[in-house]
Amino acid sequence: MISFILRRLASAVPTLFIVVTISFFLMRFAPGGPFNLERPLPPQTMANLMKTYQLDQPLWRQYVHYLSNAVTGDFGPSYIYKDNNVAELIGKGLPYSMELGFYALLLAVIGGVTAGTIAALRQNSVLDFAIMSVSTIGVTVPNFVVGPVLTLVFAIVLAWLPAGGWGDGSLRFLILPMIALALPQLAVFARLTRGSMIEALHTDHIRTAKAYGLPSRTVVVTHAMRGAMLPVVSYLAPCAAALLTGSAVVETIFTIPGVGRYFVLGAINRDYTLVMGTVILVAIFVIVFNLLVDILYGLLDPRVRHD
Amino acid sequence: MADMKETILAVRGLKVNFSTPDGTVEAVKGIDLDVRSGETLAVVGESGSGKSQTMMGIMGLLANNGTVNGSARYRGQELVGLPPKALNQVRGSKITMIFQEPMTSLDPLYTIGRQIAEPIVHHRGGTFRQARKRVLELLELVGIPEPGRRIDSYPHELSGGQRQRVMIAMALANEPDLLIADEPTTALDVTIQAQILDLLKSLQKRFGMAIVLITHDLGIVKHFAERVAVMRRGEVVEQGKTADIFERPQADYTKMLLAAEPSGRKAPPADSAPIILEGRDVCVDYQIGGGLFRGGTSVFRAVDSVNLRLKEGQTIGVVGESGSGKSTLGRALLRLLPSSGHYRFGTTDISGFDRGQMRPLRRTLQLVFQDPYGSLSPRRTVGEIITEGLYVHEPELSRADRDRRAIEALKEVGLDPASRNRYPHEFSGGQRQRIAIARAMILKPKVVILDEPTSALDRSVQGQVIELLRDLQRKHGLSYIFISHDLSVVKAMSDYVIVMKNGKIVEEGHTDAIFEAPKQPYTKTLIGAAFNV
Amino acid sequence: MTDIVQTPVATPETKGRSLFQLAAMRFRRNRAAMAGCFMLALIALFSFLGPLFVPHTYDQVFPSYVSIGPSLEPRPDTSTLQDVMEGVATRARVTLKEFNVEGQTFTATVTSEQPIDARATRYFDRANEFRDTQVVATEDDGRTLKVTGQVDREYFPFGTDSNGRDLLVRVMLGGQISIAVGLLASLVSLGIGVVYGATSGYIGGRVDNVMMRLVEILYSLPFVFLVVVLVVFFGRSFILIFLVIGAVEWLDMARIVRGQTLALKRREFVGAAQALGLTDWQIIRRHIIPNTIGPVIVFVTVVVPKVILLESFLSFLGLGVQAPLTSWGALISEGANNIQSAPWLLIFPAIFFVVTLFSLNFVGDGLRDALDPKDR
Repeated sequence: MISFILRRLASAVPTLFIVVTISFFLMRFAPGGPFNLERPLPPQTMANLMKTYQLDQPLWRQYVHYLSNAVTGDFGPSYIYKDNNVAELIGKGLPYSMELGFYALLLAVIGGVTAGTIAALRQNSVLDFAIMSVSTIGVTVPNFVVGPVLTLVFAIVLAWLPAGGWGDGSLRFLILPMIALALPQLAVFARLTRGSMIEALHTDHIRTAKAYGLPSRTVVVTHAMRGAMLPVVSYLAPCAAALLTGSAVVETIFTIPGVGRYFVLGAINRDYTLVMGTVILVAIFVIVFNLLVDILYGLLDPRVRHD
Repeated sequence: MADMKETILAVRGLKVNFSTPDGTVEAVKGIDLDVRSGETLAVVGESGSGKSQTMMGIMGLLANNGTVNGSARYRGQELVGLPPKALNQVRGSKITMIFQEPMTSLDPLYTIGRQIAEPIVHHRGGTFRQARKRVLELLELVGIPEPGRRIDSYPHELSGGQRQRVMIAMALANEPDLLIADEPTTALDVTIQAQILDLLKSLQKRFGMAIVLITHDLGIVKHFAERVAVMRRGEVVEQGKTADIFERPQADYTKMLLAAEPSGRKAPPADSAPIILEGRDVCVDYQIGGGLFRGGTSVFRAVDSVNLRLKEGQTIGVVGESGSGKSTLGRALLRLLPSSGHYRFGTTDISGFDRGQMRPLRRTLQLVFQDPYGSLSPRRTVGEIITEGLYVHEPELSRADRDRRAIEALKEVGLDPASRNRYPHEFSGGQRQRIAIARAMILKPKVVILDEPTSALDRSVQGQVIELLRDLQRKHGLSYIFISHDLSVVKAMSDYVIVMKNGKIVEEGHTDAIFEAPKQPYTKTLIGAAFNV
Repeated sequence: MTDIVQTPVATPETKGRSLFQLAAMRFRRNRAAMAGCFMLALIALFSFLGPLFVPHTYDQVFPSYVSIGPSLEPRPDTSTLQDVMEGVATRARVTLKEFNVEGQTFTATVTSEQPIDARATRYFDRANEFRDTQVVATEDDGRTLKVTGQVDREYFPFGTDSNGRDLLVRVMLGGQISIAVGLLASLVSLGIGVVYGATSGYIGGRVDNVMMRLVEILYSLPFVFLVVVLVVFFGRSFILIFLVIGAVEWLDMARIVRGQTLALKRREFVGAAQALGLTDWQIIRRHIIPNTIGPVIVFVTVVVPKVILLESFLSFLGLGVQAPLTSWGALISEGANNIQSAPWLLIFPAIFFVVTLFSLNFVGDGLRDALDPKDR
């Protein structure tokens, strides 16, 4: 098991390297730069800025420079948030994004799996239909519609909850963004669970369990559920990585000081280092969660052996 | 004598219906059956006869769209319409079941020990720890080697035969009154089949439970069951003592089933007949594992130094169990997969031929597959499927000519020429196999490799396909390589037999010699398993 | 299942039903899917033909009607016109005695102490609301004038946005762009994905390994990042946007087609085709592609809404098509920003957007059910 983890981590290095390289050159070859503002800067100022940030050097040297610094955890200065370097910006924003994302993940998994299981057990009933309709809404309506609508209803019309901001970090402030963030994923989990649960209930070994007179609770919980959870667990990795690294849309709508906004802002302003920082952050989250999920998968399914 | 025994399961007027989008399908149309204590009743029928659905209906295991009506009394207790809670008192305790697919019938996520223990714990109480001793006994009983180690194995770590033994252990766990075995050996190799049936028989002697054996295979029934019920299209057409049924069948259908056992012999070709296809030192290797960034590939030799010479007009039967390399050998001889060795077709050395060089020869070297459902492209009409080879080999033909050839070919295999405008999914298995044969025959080949052409078919249909193949051989002077695990079919079809095991030829010789006086123990086991059960 | 009894009943004229025809029959029986089709057709008609029936263009600004709410009544309403007319009268230094609006024309009677110069009609025309004012009668030695003219009354059933543009036309335009981007980007992703996946799957071996590794790496690039970077750096024209989205969305398609191809390659009918001597290309064309169509169609119905969502997402972030062009996403974003003052700006585009996505979803589910091979 340990050797499996080590090998996976080792194979993550080339992946990260390729991701960094592609992102780096993709950005640099595109037209425009961080200081090409609408009103052009005086040439001297421009030259000074380029020199300060070493943007005047040949590209390969910048690349080597960036890589060697990044290995030591130095992701360079941000070009737009001049007071902070990238590591600080991410370090400040990440706890907000992660806290919100964690609650959203919890809501999505628990809510989705429960709803999906109920729908599968009562297949084609009114309850099933209702759950699936709601989850269709969740899948189809994007969070930039859900967010404003939630705000309109609960913050403006009913005035029950604050419209945005982190406030003191209490649950009141988190409820609306959490729902906006969790709803689409909750819907995916519900559909996934329902589908794989229905499939699991039709397998031969469920028939065996029934033929041996096991009570339906045992049949469902110990035999059907465990098998049905496998696809759900697989989806956990991309979902967790996406939720925990923040959402640009939700953080914008609810003015949350997380990291989600950074790469959109960074990309728009050609803040090379900030964009690179967020790319690396997301890539690391994806890799780590894929690994965690693979380990979990191996524990759930004896046919998968990590050795 | 059997009549004196007490009836433990009495089925009266049992009906099973399935509601489908195209209306209600009556799978079982009101049948009567009796199972007496300690006896073995065989329920025989071809696919779709309702034999499995009868038992599923009684046990409350029908799919969601199925309903069961009528009566099935177990020692006086009505099972049909019993609420699940009450039914669960009977299922797994008094009446147990084993199924056709040992691969999928066990939960892949739990150890076999736990799965065998589950009905014990549920019906008799206690803990899994307490049940462990009993599970070990049971594993011992069903002949699982090293039960102490195997008890903690997962199903995927066992072979098919072992899994079926695990299922049997599970079935015996609560010492049932009645064991329903639904095609218990169909998915297994012949030699394993025999072992499983022997095991069931000996366990029955020991514990005295009744067995209902559901099967399509009359061969099994003869030596295994005291009584037989023959089912067809949801009805019982005949039931009675096994000996009576076999010696004095009353219903036409039973007679036909008995006659459908392949019979006849093929005379060998003249010694002077020229060799048409030859393979020397045929070896096929498969790479296992390995990827772009992973080292350590291993090589698996599927066919190991096989020599084979096919004469004009000859039929060589290649027999062996799954994994013996017999299908791979067929593909290698047709140069359809990378292999080493020397190959000759007629007088041409085709050893080093690439795909382009082989193409003109393809029309004379044809292949018919086992699965008539998989070998026809579902999105093309029958006409398009059978004339496909003409596009390649006779591109000059006009549309009308091709159509004429299609009609000829369909007539030749005994299908209505109008079928060429229809799609494969509209035909039954036997008809599909005829289409596949027509596709090969339309090119007027010299050699046809038949890869288990009858294994996916019901017995009665099997006989017809075999007749058709023989006819075609006589008419066109074809040479066949007939690959099969079914020895009775091979015996009827071929004049020379090759027995394969683990990629090697174990024994070969003329059909009579092999079947009457096998030399190798493996051949003896195979033949014993196929004909003496 | 027995051959003897089952003699084919087909006569030479009867044609078999292909799997596609069967699927089409099943699809037609699915009411939700048919309703989805119907809604989609309606929305497409509304978006593409609607502008022909509305006199406004999408970039036409009505300074008098900034951020007005939706209403079926014509704008301006009579009381507003009365106010405007009184303002006009004050400016013309006359007194309004009578004012009537009938349909698109108005009549007014104005008086003054002194005779009124006929050129005072200029004051009327100067207001946005009135034009072609004419004097029809002069009474009291020119101290009372009866004038008539045209009223520019506008209909804004969806209201107007904060720039005074007709939201109805904006929603139609947004629909055109969103639907066009959805379809075109899906086609791009379909093209790349099918070719890439089929090649990878059919050739197999090392080539497959390398090609799939590349897909994996592209997967691990944060996908939104890729789009954002591409859009930001390569410009924001309409064509680039759907190209970029398509170029990012093909990964799933490639995986699905590859999986299909791998499965098909193992099917016996491909083996049969090889035994008949067909070339690789003939096999791909005659056997592989026709059999991947089902899952691919189903997947396209998943991609189209995904692409529409992605485009809206970009627009929401301000990276979509540039003003004065718009898309539903851009409109929703505008609405979200004005949610307190002008909720209709959110509600109308959101309704169309959500209904479209819903319909696509039902159509997709219907197709999946109809084409599901398990159902055969």
